[in-house]
Amino acid sequence: MNENSKLELQVAALENGTVIDHIPSDKLFTVVQLLGLEHMTTNITIGFNLDSKKLGKKGIIKIADKYFCDDEINRISVVAPHVKLNIIRDYKVVEKKEVKMPDDLHGIVKCANPKCITNNEPMPTLFHVIDKDNCIMKCHYCEKELKREELAII
Amino acid sequence: MIKMAQLFEMNPNHRLLENKVVATLFFEPSTRTRLSFETAANRLGARVIGFTDPKATSSSKGETLKDTIMMVSNYADIIVMRHYLEGAARYASEIAPVPIVNAGDGANQHPSQTMLDLYSIYKTQGTLENLNIYLVGDLKYGRTVHSLLMAMRHFNPTFHFIAPDELRMPEEYKLYCKQHNIKYIEHTDFTEEVIADADILYMTRVQRERFTDLMEYERVKNVYILRNKMLDNTRPNLRILHPLPRVNEIAYDVDDNPKAYYFQQAQNGLYAREAILCDVLGITLEDVKNILNYE
Repeated sequence: MNENSKLELQVAALENGTVIDHIPSDKLFTVVQLLGLEHMTTNITIGFNLDSKKLGKKGIIKIADKYFCDDEINRISVVAPHVKLNIIRDYKVVEKKEVKMPDDLHGIVKCANPKCITNNEPMPTLFHVIDKDNCIMKCHYCEKELKREELAII
Repeated sequence: MIKMAQLFEMNPNHRLLENKVVATLFFEPSTRTRLSFETAANRLGARVIGFTDPKATSSSKGETLKDTIMMVSNYADIIVMRHYLEGAARYASEIAPVPIVNAGDGANQHPSQTMLDLYSIYKTQGTLENLNIYLVGDLKYGRTVHSLLMAMRHFNPTFHFIAPDELRMPEEYKLYCKQHNIKYIEHTDFTEEVIADADILYMTRVQRERFTDLMEYERVKNVYILRNKMLDNTRPNLRILHPLPRVNEIAYDVDDNPKAYYFQQAQNGLYAREAILCDVLGITLEDVKNILNYE
Protein backbone atom coordinates (compact mmCIF):
# COMPACT_ATOMS: atom_id res chain seq x y z
CA MET A 1 0.00 0.00 0.00
CA ASN A 2 1.59 3.29 -1.05
CA GLU A 3 1.38 6.58 0.87
CA ASN A 4 -1.37 7.94 -1.32
CA SER A 5 -3.84 5.14 -0.87
CA LYS A 6 -3.15 5.18 2.85
CA LEU A 7 -4.19 8.78 2.82
CA GLU A 8 -7.33 7.97 0.85
CA LEU A 9 -8.09 5.42 3.52
CA GLN A 10 -7.75 8.14 6.11
CA VAL A 11 -10.05 10.37 4.08
CA ALA A 12 -12.66 7.65 3.96
CA ALA A 13 -12.23 7.27 7.66
CA LEU A 14 -13.42 10.82 8.34
CA GLU A 15 -16.72 10.52 10.15
CA ASN A 16 -18.12 13.95 9.43
CA GLY A 17 -16.57 16.92 7.66
CA THR A 18 -15.12 18.20 4.41
CA VAL A 19 -12.32 16.94 2.20
CA ILE A 20 -10.80 19.45 -0.21
CA ASP A 21 -8.93 17.64 -2.95
CA HIS A 22 -6.95 18.45 -6.11
CA ILE A 23 -5.35 21.60 -4.74
CA PRO A 24 -2.23 22.51 -6.75
CA SER A 25 0.67 22.04 -4.30
CA ASP A 26 1.95 25.59 -4.66
CA LYS A 27 -1.49 26.96 -3.71
CA LEU A 28 -2.08 24.71 -0.72
CA PHE A 29 -1.01 27.14 1.98
CA THR A 30 -2.83 30.05 0.34
CA VAL A 31 -5.99 27.93 0.48
CA VAL A 32 -5.28 27.18 4.16
CA GLN A 33 -4.98 30.91 4.78
CA LEU A 34 -8.08 31.84 2.74
CA LEU A 35 -10.23 29.42 4.70
CA GLY A 36 -8.76 30.63 7.99
CA LEU A 37 -7.89 27.06 9.00
CA GLU A 38 -5.18 28.24 11.39
CA HIS A 39 -7.90 29.65 13.63
CA MET A 40 -9.93 26.45 13.77
CA THR A 41 -9.92 24.03 16.66
CA THR A 42 -11.22 20.88 14.96
CA ASN A 43 -9.08 18.00 13.74
CA ILE A 44 -7.45 18.98 10.44
CA THR A 45 -5.12 16.96 8.23
CA ILE A 46 -3.14 18.74 5.55
CA GLY A 47 -1.40 16.70 2.86
CA PHE A 48 1.31 18.45 0.85
CA ASN A 49 3.16 17.34 -2.31
CA LEU A 50 1.16 14.14 -2.75
CA ASP A 51 1.41 12.37 -6.11
CA SER A 52 -1.41 13.15 -8.49
CA LYS A 53 -2.02 11.84 -12.01
CA LYS A 54 -3.71 15.07 -13.03
CA LEU A 55 -1.58 17.69 -11.32
CA GLY A 56 1.76 15.96 -10.76
CA LYS A 57 1.86 17.11 -7.16
CA LYS A 58 -1.23 18.03 -5.23
CA GLY A 59 -2.40 19.11 -1.85
CA ILE A 60 -5.34 17.79 0.15
CA ILE A 61 -7.09 19.13 3.24
CA LYS A 62 -9.35 17.15 5.50
CA ILE A 63 -11.39 19.02 8.07
CA ALA A 64 -13.42 17.18 10.67
CA ASP A 65 -16.86 18.43 11.75
CA LYS A 66 -16.87 21.43 9.47
CA TYR A 67 -19.09 22.29 6.50
CA PHE A 68 -18.41 25.45 4.55
CA CYS A 69 -21.05 27.65 3.00
CA ASP A 70 -20.65 28.40 -0.71
CA ASP A 71 -19.44 31.94 -0.04
CA GLU A 72 -16.61 30.69 2.13
CA ILE A 73 -15.55 27.96 -0.23
CA ASN A 74 -15.80 29.95 -3.46
CA ARG A 75 -13.13 32.31 -2.15
CA ILE A 76 -10.53 29.71 -2.99
CA SER A 77 -11.53 29.65 -6.67
CA VAL A 78 -9.36 32.75 -7.09
CA VAL A 79 -6.18 30.76 -6.47
CA ALA A 80 -7.32 27.22 -7.26
CA PRO A 81 -10.24 27.18 -9.72
CA HIS A 82 -10.58 23.38 -10.15
CA VAL A 83 -10.59 22.25 -6.55
CA LYS A 84 -13.01 19.45 -5.61
CA LEU A 85 -14.87 19.09 -2.35
CA ASN A 86 -16.24 15.97 -0.76
CA ILE A 87 -18.82 16.41 1.93
CA ILE A 88 -18.65 13.51 4.38
CA ARG A 89 -21.45 12.47 6.70
CA ASP A 90 -21.33 9.27 8.70
CA TYR A 91 -18.19 8.04 6.84
CA LYS A 92 -19.87 8.44 3.44
CA VAL A 93 -19.31 10.99 0.67
CA VAL A 94 -22.80 12.51 0.52
CA GLU A 95 -21.99 15.33 -1.89
CA LYS A 96 -19.24 16.28 -4.35
CA LYS A 97 -18.78 19.89 -5.29
CA GLU A 98 -16.49 21.89 -7.54
CA VAL A 99 -15.69 25.44 -6.49
CA LYS A 100 -17.24 28.21 -8.56
CA MET A 101 -15.81 31.63 -9.22
CA PRO A 102 -18.18 34.11 -7.54
CA ASP A 103 -19.44 37.28 -9.28
CA ASP A 104 -17.89 39.53 -6.64
CA LEU A 105 -14.89 39.12 -4.36
CA HIS A 106 -15.08 40.97 -1.05
CA GLY A 107 -11.87 41.60 0.87
CA ILE A 108 -9.89 38.74 -0.69
CA VAL A 109 -7.80 40.20 -3.48
CA LYS A 110 -5.48 43.17 -3.25
CA CYS A 111 -5.65 45.79 -6.00
CA ALA A 112 -2.45 45.97 -8.07
CA ASN A 113 -2.80 49.71 -8.60
CA PRO A 114 -0.74 51.54 -5.95
CA LYS A 115 -2.83 54.68 -6.54
CA CYS A 116 -6.09 52.86 -5.80
CA ILE A 117 -7.96 54.15 -2.74
CA THR A 118 -8.13 50.59 -1.35
CA ASN A 119 -4.33 50.54 -0.97
CA ASN A 120 -4.30 53.83 0.92
CA GLU A 121 -7.30 53.71 3.22
CA PRO A 122 -8.26 51.14 5.88
CA MET A 123 -11.12 49.59 3.92
CA PRO A 124 -12.03 46.23 2.36
CA THR A 125 -11.44 45.68 -1.35
CA LEU A 126 -14.18 44.71 -3.80
CA PHE A 127 -13.67 43.16 -7.21
CA HIS A 128 -16.19 42.27 -9.91
CA VAL A 129 -15.27 39.14 -11.87
CA ILE A 130 -15.70 39.95 -15.56
CA ASP A 131 -14.24 36.77 -17.11
CA LYS A 132 -14.61 33.65 -14.98
CA ASP A 133 -12.74 31.33 -17.36
CA ASN A 134 -9.66 33.52 -17.57
CA CYS A 135 -9.98 34.91 -14.05
CA ILE A 136 -10.06 38.58 -15.04
CA MET A 137 -11.55 40.97 -12.51
CA LYS A 138 -12.14 44.68 -12.19
CA CYS A 139 -11.61 46.80 -9.10
CA HIS A 140 -14.89 48.33 -7.95
CA TYR A 141 -13.06 51.51 -6.93
CA CYS A 142 -10.26 52.40 -9.35
CA GLU A 143 -11.79 50.35 -12.21
CA LYS A 144 -8.47 48.79 -13.19
CA GLU A 145 -8.59 45.26 -14.58
CA LEU A 146 -6.58 42.56 -12.90
CA LYS A 147 -5.37 39.37 -14.58
CA ARG A 148 -4.69 36.06 -12.88
CA GLU A 149 -0.92 36.58 -12.86
CA GLU A 150 -1.30 39.95 -11.10
CA LEU A 151 -3.45 38.54 -8.32
CA ALA A 152 -2.31 39.00 -4.76
CA ILE A 153 -4.26 37.73 -1.79
CA ILE A 154 -4.73 40.01 1.20
CA MET B 1 -28.75 67.45 -17.94
CA ILE B 2 -27.75 69.07 -21.23
CA LYS B 3 -31.19 70.69 -21.40
CA MET B 4 -30.76 71.94 -17.85
CA ALA B 5 -27.34 73.38 -18.71
CA GLN B 6 -28.99 75.23 -21.60
CA LEU B 7 -31.42 76.88 -19.20
CA PHE B 8 -28.54 77.94 -16.95
CA GLU B 9 -26.75 79.39 -19.94
CA MET B 10 -29.76 81.62 -20.67
CA ASN B 11 -29.69 82.79 -17.09
CA PRO B 12 -27.07 81.37 -14.75
CA ASN B 13 -28.34 83.06 -11.57
CA HIS B 14 -31.13 81.28 -9.69
CA ARG B 15 -31.54 80.85 -5.98
CA LEU B 16 -32.30 77.15 -6.37
CA LEU B 17 -29.76 76.13 -3.73
CA GLU B 18 -30.48 78.89 -1.23
CA ASN B 19 -29.81 77.70 2.33
CA LYS B 20 -27.65 74.88 1.05
CA VAL B 21 -23.98 74.48 1.88
CA VAL B 22 -21.68 73.04 -0.77
CA ALA B 23 -18.31 71.69 0.41
CA THR B 24 -15.46 71.63 -2.10
CA LEU B 25 -12.73 69.29 -0.88
CA PHE B 26 -9.66 69.46 -3.08
CA PHE B 27 -7.12 66.91 -1.89
CA GLU B 28 -5.20 67.79 -5.04
CA PRO B 29 -5.07 71.33 -6.42
CA SER B 30 -7.11 72.03 -9.54
CA THR B 31 -7.82 75.71 -9.84
CA ARG B 32 -10.02 75.62 -12.91
CA THR B 33 -12.30 72.83 -11.74
CA ARG B 34 -12.61 74.27 -8.25
CA LEU B 35 -13.39 77.81 -9.39
CA SER B 36 -15.92 76.46 -11.83
CA PHE B 37 -17.75 74.39 -9.19
CA GLU B 38 -17.60 77.19 -6.62
CA THR B 39 -18.94 79.72 -9.14
CA ALA B 40 -21.72 77.29 -10.05
CA ALA B 41 -22.65 76.93 -6.37
CA ASN B 42 -22.54 80.68 -5.77
CA ARG B 43 -24.70 81.46 -8.80
CA LEU B 44 -27.28 79.00 -7.51
CA GLY B 45 -27.37 80.82 -4.18
CA ALA B 46 -25.53 78.20 -2.13
CA ARG B 47 -22.79 78.92 0.35
CA VAL B 48 -19.41 77.28 -0.13
CA ILE B 49 -16.99 75.82 2.39
CA GLY B 50 -13.93 73.70 1.74
CA PHE B 51 -10.21 73.54 1.25
CA THR B 52 -7.94 73.92 -1.72
CA ASP B 53 -4.77 72.58 -0.22
CA PRO B 54 -4.80 69.37 1.81
CA LYS B 55 -1.51 70.37 3.47
CA ALA B 56 -3.52 72.75 5.62
CA THR B 57 -6.01 70.07 6.72
CA SER B 58 -6.04 67.09 9.02
CA SER B 59 -5.41 64.65 6.16
CA SER B 60 -1.81 65.82 6.46
CA LYS B 61 -1.96 64.71 10.11
CA GLY B 62 -2.87 61.23 8.97
CA GLU B 63 -6.67 61.46 9.10
CA THR B 64 -8.33 58.91 6.83
CA LEU B 65 -10.49 59.96 3.92
CA LYS B 66 -13.43 58.34 5.68
CA ASP B 67 -13.04 60.51 8.76
CA THR B 68 -12.70 63.70 6.71
CA ILE B 69 -15.80 62.84 4.67
CA MET B 70 -17.86 61.90 7.75
CA MET B 71 -16.89 65.14 9.48
CA VAL B 72 -17.69 67.37 6.50
CA SER B 73 -20.98 65.51 5.93
CA ASN B 74 -22.12 66.95 9.25
CA TYR B 75 -21.77 70.46 7.87
CA ALA B 76 -22.54 70.34 4.15
CA ASP B 77 -25.51 69.25 2.02
CA ILE B 78 -23.30 68.08 -0.82
CA ILE B 79 -19.58 67.40 -1.23
CA VAL B 80 -17.61 68.10 -4.38
CA MET B 81 -14.28 66.34 -4.16
CA ARG B 82 -11.08 66.04 -6.12
CA HIS B 83 -8.61 63.39 -5.01
CA TYR B 84 -5.26 62.10 -6.26
CA LEU B 85 -6.23 58.49 -5.50
CA GLU B 86 -8.33 56.47 -7.92
CA GLY B 87 -11.70 55.33 -6.62
CA ALA B 88 -11.68 57.88 -3.77
CA ALA B 89 -14.96 59.49 -4.84
CA ARG B 90 -16.75 56.15 -5.21
CA TYR B 91 -15.62 55.11 -1.74
CA ALA B 92 -16.69 58.47 -0.31
CA SER B 93 -20.12 58.08 -1.92
CA GLU B 94 -20.55 54.72 -0.18
CA ILE B 95 -19.83 56.05 3.29
CA ALA B 96 -21.21 59.60 3.18
CA PRO B 97 -24.80 60.39 4.11
CA VAL B 98 -24.75 63.33 1.66
CA PRO B 99 -24.28 63.20 -2.14
CA ILE B 100 -20.72 63.22 -3.50
CA VAL B 101 -19.73 64.80 -6.81
CA ASN B 102 -16.52 63.46 -8.33
CA ALA B 103 -14.40 66.37 -9.53
CA GLY B 104 -11.64 64.00 -10.64
CA ASP B 105 -10.05 60.96 -9.00
CA GLY B 106 -6.47 60.42 -10.10
CA ALA B 107 -6.19 58.96 -13.58
CA ASN B 108 -9.61 57.32 -13.25
CA GLN B 109 -12.48 59.69 -14.05
CA HIS B 110 -13.40 63.32 -14.44
CA PRO B 111 -17.10 63.19 -15.24
CA SER B 112 -17.87 66.91 -15.03
CA GLN B 113 -15.26 67.54 -17.75
CA THR B 114 -17.00 64.95 -19.92
CA MET B 115 -20.35 66.65 -19.27
CA LEU B 116 -19.04 70.02 -20.39
CA ASP B 117 -17.37 68.46 -23.44
CA LEU B 118 -20.67 66.86 -24.45
CA TYR B 119 -22.50 70.11 -23.84
CA SER B 120 -19.94 72.03 -25.93
CA ILE B 121 -20.26 69.56 -28.80
CA TYR B 122 -24.06 69.64 -28.64
CA LYS B 123 -24.14 73.41 -28.51
CA THR B 124 -21.75 74.02 -31.41
CA GLN B 125 -23.02 71.27 -33.71
CA GLY B 126 -26.70 71.31 -32.76
CA THR B 127 -26.56 67.54 -32.29
CA LEU B 128 -24.41 64.77 -30.83
CA GLU B 129 -25.27 62.36 -33.67
CA ASN B 130 -23.06 61.23 -36.59
CA LEU B 131 -20.13 63.57 -35.99
CA ASN B 132 -16.52 63.29 -37.15
CA ILE B 133 -14.48 63.75 -34.00
CA TYR B 134 -10.70 64.10 -34.22
CA LEU B 135 -8.70 63.48 -31.05
CA VAL B 136 -5.18 64.86 -31.21
CA GLY B 137 -2.06 64.57 -29.05
CA ASP B 138 -1.68 62.39 -25.98
CA LEU B 139 -4.26 59.67 -26.50
CA LYS B 140 -2.49 57.19 -24.25
CA TYR B 141 -2.73 58.94 -20.89
CA GLY B 142 -5.40 61.55 -21.71
CA ARG B 143 -8.24 60.83 -19.32
CA THR B 144 -10.55 63.33 -21.01
CA VAL B 145 -10.28 61.71 -24.43
CA HIS B 146 -11.01 58.25 -23.02
CA SER B 147 -14.10 59.48 -21.18
CA LEU B 148 -15.30 61.38 -24.23
CA LEU B 149 -14.86 58.32 -26.42
CA MET B 150 -17.00 56.24 -24.07
CA ALA B 151 -19.60 58.94 -23.58
CA MET B 152 -20.11 59.33 -27.35
CA ARG B 153 -20.86 55.64 -27.93
CA HIS B 154 -24.62 56.15 -28.20
CA PHE B 155 -24.31 58.80 -30.91
CA ASN B 156 -22.71 56.99 -33.87
CA PRO B 157 -19.54 59.06 -34.09
CA THR B 158 -16.54 58.49 -36.37
CA PHE B 159 -13.33 58.99 -34.44
CA HIS B 160 -9.94 59.88 -35.85
CA PHE B 161 -7.03 59.27 -33.50
CA ILE B 162 -4.04 61.47 -34.26
CA ALA B 163 -1.03 60.74 -32.06
CA PRO B 164 2.66 59.86 -32.09
CA ASP B 165 3.41 56.15 -31.80
CA GLU B 166 4.40 56.43 -28.14
CA LEU B 167 1.08 58.05 -27.20
CA ARG B 168 -1.32 56.05 -29.35
CA MET B 169 -4.82 55.19 -28.23
CA PRO B 170 -4.45 52.13 -25.95
CA GLU B 171 -5.64 48.77 -27.25
CA GLU B 172 -8.35 48.50 -24.59
CA TYR B 173 -10.12 51.58 -25.97
CA LYS B 174 -9.79 50.38 -29.55
CA LEU B 175 -11.32 47.12 -28.40
CA TYR B 176 -14.08 49.14 -26.73
CA CYS B 177 -14.75 50.87 -30.08
CA LYS B 178 -14.99 47.51 -31.86
CA GLN B 179 -17.34 46.10 -29.24
CA HIS B 180 -19.62 49.13 -29.53
CA ASN B 181 -19.40 49.47 -33.32
CA ILE B 182 -17.67 52.84 -33.10
CA LYS B 183 -15.78 53.64 -36.30
CA TYR B 184 -12.22 54.88 -35.90
CA ILE B 185 -9.21 55.67 -38.06
CA GLU B 186 -5.67 56.11 -36.74
CA HIS B 187 -3.19 58.68 -38.07
CA THR B 188 0.30 59.71 -37.09
CA ASP B 189 0.37 62.75 -39.42
CA PHE B 190 -1.34 65.93 -38.29
CA THR B 191 -1.86 67.98 -41.45
CA GLU B 192 -4.47 70.17 -43.12
CA GLU B 193 -5.49 67.24 -45.34
CA VAL B 194 -6.03 64.87 -42.44
CA ILE B 195 -8.42 67.21 -40.62
CA ALA B 196 -10.41 68.39 -43.67
CA ASP B 197 -13.60 66.52 -42.67
CA ALA B 198 -13.53 67.23 -38.96
CA ASP B 199 -16.57 68.54 -37.07
CA ILE B 200 -14.75 68.57 -33.74
CA LEU B 201 -11.00 68.83 -33.25
CA TYR B 202 -10.20 67.87 -29.67
CA MET B 203 -6.63 68.91 -28.85
CA THR B 204 -4.62 67.66 -25.88
CA ARG B 205 -1.19 68.40 -24.51
CA VAL B 206 1.81 66.25 -25.45
CA GLN B 207 3.83 66.21 -22.24
CA ARG B 208 7.57 65.72 -22.21
CA GLU B 209 7.48 63.52 -19.10
CA ARG B 210 5.28 60.97 -20.88
CA PHE B 211 8.14 59.92 -23.18
CA THR B 212 10.60 57.18 -22.35
CA ASP B 213 12.61 58.15 -25.42
CA LEU B 214 13.42 61.86 -25.36
CA MET B 215 14.73 61.72 -28.95
CA GLU B 216 11.23 60.68 -29.91
CA TYR B 217 9.80 63.63 -27.97
CA GLU B 218 12.11 66.08 -29.74
CA ARG B 219 11.05 64.59 -33.04
CA VAL B 220 7.29 64.84 -32.47
CA LYS B 221 6.90 67.84 -30.17
CA ASN B 222 6.28 70.26 -33.03
CA VAL B 223 4.22 67.86 -35.13
CA TYR B 224 1.06 68.02 -33.03
CA ILE B 225 0.68 71.77 -32.98
CA LEU B 226 -2.42 73.31 -34.50
CA ARG B 227 -1.69 76.48 -36.48
CA ASN B 228 -4.18 78.91 -37.93
CA LYS B 229 -3.22 78.29 -41.55
CA MET B 230 -4.15 74.61 -41.16
CA LEU B 231 -7.77 75.67 -40.69
CA ASP B 232 -8.27 77.39 -44.08
CA ASN B 233 -9.93 74.45 -45.80
CA THR B 234 -11.68 72.90 -42.85
CA ARG B 235 -15.46 72.61 -42.52
CA PRO B 236 -17.30 75.82 -41.55
CA ASN B 237 -18.93 74.05 -38.58
CA LEU B 238 -15.58 72.84 -37.22
CA ARG B 239 -14.92 73.78 -33.61
CA ILE B 240 -11.66 73.33 -31.72
CA LEU B 241 -11.88 72.02 -28.16
CA HIS B 242 -9.17 71.66 -25.52
CA PRO B 243 -9.60 70.73 -21.84
CA LEU B 244 -6.94 73.38 -20.91
CA PRO B 245 -4.36 74.26 -19.74
CA ARG B 246 -2.67 74.48 -23.12
CA VAL B 247 1.03 74.99 -23.47
CA ASN B 248 2.00 75.23 -27.12
CA GLU B 249 -0.19 72.66 -28.86
CA ILE B 250 -2.52 75.37 -30.15
CA ALA B 251 -0.64 78.32 -31.66
CA TYR B 252 -1.83 81.69 -30.34
CA ASP B 253 -2.84 82.81 -33.83
CA VAL B 254 -5.69 80.26 -33.64
CA ASP B 255 -7.33 82.12 -30.74
CA ASP B 256 -8.89 84.76 -33.00
CA ASN B 257 -10.26 82.23 -35.46
CA PRO B 258 -14.03 81.83 -34.97
CA LYS B 259 -13.49 78.05 -35.00
CA ALA B 260 -11.53 78.27 -31.74
CA TYR B 261 -13.90 77.27 -28.95
CA TYR B 262 -11.76 76.29 -25.94
CA PHE B 263 -12.45 79.37 -23.83
CA GLN B 264 -16.22 79.12 -24.36
CA GLN B 265 -15.85 75.41 -23.62
CA ALA B 266 -14.45 76.29 -20.20
CA GLN B 267 -17.35 78.68 -19.69
CA ASN B 268 -19.78 75.89 -20.55
CA GLY B 269 -18.23 74.08 -17.62
CA LEU B 270 -20.03 76.50 -15.34
CA TYR B 271 -23.47 75.68 -16.78
CA ALA B 272 -22.73 71.97 -16.87
CA ARG B 273 -21.67 72.07 -13.22
CA GLU B 274 -24.75 74.05 -12.19
CA ALA B 275 -26.78 71.26 -13.79
CA ILE B 276 -24.71 68.59 -12.02
CA LEU B 277 -25.19 70.20 -8.59
CA CYS B 278 -28.94 70.48 -9.14
CA ASP B 279 -29.30 66.97 -10.49
CA VAL B 280 -27.40 65.45 -7.58
CA LEU B 281 -29.56 67.35 -5.09
CA GLY B 282 -32.71 66.02 -6.74
CA ILE B 283 -33.72 69.20 -8.57
CA THR B 284 -35.29 68.28 -11.91
CA LEU B 285 -35.46 70.04 -15.26
CA GLU B 286 -39.11 70.83 -14.45
CA ASP B 287 -38.10 72.50 -11.19
CA VAL B 288 -35.61 74.68 -13.05
CA LYS B 289 -38.22 75.59 -15.69
CA ASN B 290 -40.74 76.46 -12.99
CA ILE B 291 -38.40 78.77 -11.17
CA LEU B 292 -37.48 80.44 -14.48
CA ASN B 293 -41.17 81.17 -15.14
CA TYR B 294 -41.69 82.32 -11.58
CA GLU B 295 -38.73 84.68 -11.69
